[in-house]
Amino acid sequence: MLTILIDGVGYGMLLFVLAAGLSVTLGLMNFINLAHGAFGMLGGYVTVLLMNRLGVPFLVTLPLAFLVPALVGVAMERTLYRRLYGSSPLDQVLFTIGLVFMAMPIANYLLGDSPQQMHLPEWLKGRYEFAGFGVGVYRSFLIVVCGAIALALQVFLVGTRFGARLRAAVDDPTVASGLGIDVDRLFAITFAVGSGLAGLGGALAADVVGGIDPSFPTKFMVMFLIVVAIGGTNGILGALLGALLIGVLDVAGKYYIPSLGAFIIYAVMLVTLIVRPQGLFAKGDGR
Amino acid sequence: MTAPALEARGLVRQFGGLLATDDVSFQLAPGARQALIGPNGAGKTTLINLLTGVIKPSQGAVLLDGEDITALASYDRVRRGLARTFQINQLFPDMSPIESIGLAISERHHGGADFWRVAGGRRDIAEEVEELLTTFGLIDRMDEPTRFLPYGKQRLLEIALALACKPRVLLLDEPAAGVPEDERHDILRALAALPGDVAILLIEHDMDLVFNFATRISVLVAGRLLCEGAPKDIAQDPRVRAVYLGEDAHG
Amino acid sequence: MRPHEQRIAQHLHRRARWRWSEIAFWIAVVVIVFVIPSRASLINEILVNGLFALSLDLILGLAGVVSLGHAAFLGVGAYAAGILAAQGLDDPTLGLLVGGLFGGVLGLVTAPLLLRGSDLTRLMVTLGVSLMFGEIANRASWLTGGADGLEFTMGKVLGLFPIGFTGQRNAALYSLVVLFVLFVLARRIRQSPFGLSLTAVRENRLRAGALGIATHRRIIGVYAISAAYAGVAGALLAQTTAIASLDLFDFHRSADVMLMLIIGGAGYLYGGIIGAALFVVLRDFIASATPQYWEFWIGLLLVVLVLTGRDRVSALVLRAARTIMPNSLKQGGSA
Repeated sequence: MLTILIDGVGYGMLLFVLAAGLSVTLGLMNFINLAHGAFGMLGGYVTVLLMNRLGVPFLVTLPLAFLVPALVGVAMERTLYRRLYGSSPLDQVLFTIGLVFMAMPIANYLLGDSPQQMHLPEWLKGRYEFAGFGVGVYRSFLIVVCGAIALALQVFLVGTRFGARLRAAVDDPTVASGLGIDVDRLFAITFAVGSGLAGLGGALAADVVGGIDPSFPTKFMVMFLIVVAIGGTNGILGALLGALLIGVLDVAGKYYIPSLGAFIIYAVMLVTLIVRPQGLFAKGDGR
Repeated sequence: MTAPALEARGLVRQFGGLLATDDVSFQLAPGARQALIGPNGAGKTTLINLLTGVIKPSQGAVLLDGEDITALASYDRVRRGLARTFQINQLFPDMSPIESIGLAISERHHGGADFWRVAGGRRDIAEEVEELLTTFGLIDRMDEPTRFLPYGKQRLLEIALALACKPRVLLLDEPAAGVPEDERHDILRALAALPGDVAILLIEHDMDLVFNFATRISVLVAGRLLCEGAPKDIAQDPRVRAVYLGEDAHG
Repeated sequence: MRPHEQRIAQHLHRRARWRWSEIAFWIAVVVIVFVIPSRASLINEILVNGLFALSLDLILGLAGVVSLGHAAFLGVGAYAAGILAAQGLDDPTLGLLVGGLFGGVLGLVTAPLLLRGSDLTRLMVTLGVSLMFGEIANRASWLTGGADGLEFTMGKVLGLFPIGFTGQRNAALYSLVVLFVLFVLARRIRQSPFGLSLTAVRENRLRAGALGIATHRRIIGVYAISAAYAGVAGALLAQTTAIASLDLFDFHRSADVMLMLIIGGAGYLYGGIIGAALFVVLRDFIASATPQYWEFWIGLLLVVLVLTGRDRVSALVLRAARTIMPNSLKQGGSA
């Protein structure tokens, strides 16, 4: 059973990294970015292609899997996204769906529609013994790396001045800009980091999901949205707990009650939204 | 002795640490012409929101014609006869004045559960629409979308909409706010022409308007009712003057 | 009679009057169905999707509520009718009624969920319901045929007209009749005081409440109606294609129908049908040229539409119309 738990936690950690950017974008800019998964796909492709075609070691590709989507994210934010910051949710939804609909065929055109397989380096493969249970090496790796990322994000948000400004801007953008905080630049950097995290998450997910293919964004968009809906948009902790809950429930559910499958996740989400519309872990009356 | 048209009993409203409404009690007699004044931030709009049910009080009660309506939702209060206008126009931008007023009257008649009949099929509704449009001088722009009306006309429509609900109590939240000088007298005239049996509470900064209109004035400061009385008494009250010292008073 | 009463009554009636362009539109549709029998299945697809888009127009165009999961009702309606037929109750009209009923009930039950929480919560709820029912349909394969889908044969419409593979033109006519009947009903609803109140709720919910309108009840009501319409669309789709499959619950369906409505214009009830026609024809055309990349052009269209501003486009049209015909307003508003 520990195996399942570790698997679930690992998956949950992965979901956290993937969804963190979406949570912050939504919480900060009140912007529903359904194209978030496309950045994940981009990062996944960066890693897998660098490894498979150029023989770059896995760990070396990871910073690039972060950087490339981050740069693309900034470029898109400056040119396209910012025009829609005040728009209605419908416009934001339509716009970002449109972007995803464009991104997927482009990926298909450039790289074909069969999944690009991830071949993990030897030292990440296999299982090891822990307290009498078999535990996946890669899953443990995910827990450590994603946990470190979560910790770094939390420290950054709470400990640094940038983080303080970000939190102020999330609480009240008008007041924040009145205090002299450059909200514009804040948005751009936040969006970049969020997209970068998505890309990193995509790279880390490549092995777990059986390779990266053009349908990655739509397949996983639902999972991100569920994590954000359950975790709330008020902070890192909420997103983390939400992601862990979903990860464990999904893995355990599919193992113990395979006849229900994904139904469990959807049901949990609906119940949560009925009982606490602002998310399970959000503080008070969140957005 | 008849029950007051509207009564507030010990209304309290807290927002986190802030006491926006501090034990406010007052009565509005039927057919009253009462004004509520006070400096900015005194909590006048909060009080209106409490009375109309937009927000719930932390303590206290609201009574309409002697009946406790504190638990009622705001739309229910409207149906019982309590209507209001908003400080910032809350209108239907793409609907015309005819449609807006027609809707209000129609809702009053049969609660909008009517799927079937064509809106505007009833003669009596059309007559009532015309009456209101004429009273508020909106006839010549009546079939254009509201967004194209000049601000003063929109402000008049705001009042007309509230009146279309045939209220027994009407709460007016700064009806003259933002209206240019040359359109002000339209507002004054409209206010003067309001039906005598409707109890009216007017919130205003414009002292001209207040002293012209009100037979009774309440003063709200920092969420508390400072004093209440006839206009000339209030005008001479030293506490009121102290509160307004430094304020750009019109009167 | 008072001096302006005539004008006022006429103004209030303007939503109700059938315009020449409308009559011409429907005549044209009928003609097309008869004149191009070889494309009957394509026309049928347009009509069924048009009905689906019309259902979305009721909730999005009229009431201003965004739904990302309208496919839930499409799927439920389709399977309801399909299961009924597979069990031997293959009268098409019965299937339509049952499909509409199931859709409507599901809509009624899920509508309260829409009223709480933020915009994202609402989107997630609508999406979640459609995915959940897709999963249920997947798991309950003993009833629904699971991933293989449900195949069945339909009886004759009113006992007289066969639909199905050999009766494709009949199927298109059948769909047309259903669409027209439901359209007239929707039009009636839109022009009623109830419909006007929905417009008010959409334009200013706060003010609507301040006029004594119980806004949440209206929204629940129109959502249930919209869901029933979508259920009928689903039943119609299943009946005219003789199959109900899991992809009916897909997010893609919900996204596509929203796109159809946006292209055609929301709020005046014809937008769904026009948008469906454009969408289906375009897809047919582009798919024959570049099948895999159809999605790209749709995405591009969406992005361009949003960036150029849907509102600005329709406001421009409105102003142009006013200069040509002063004092006559274009029917409906922008969404």
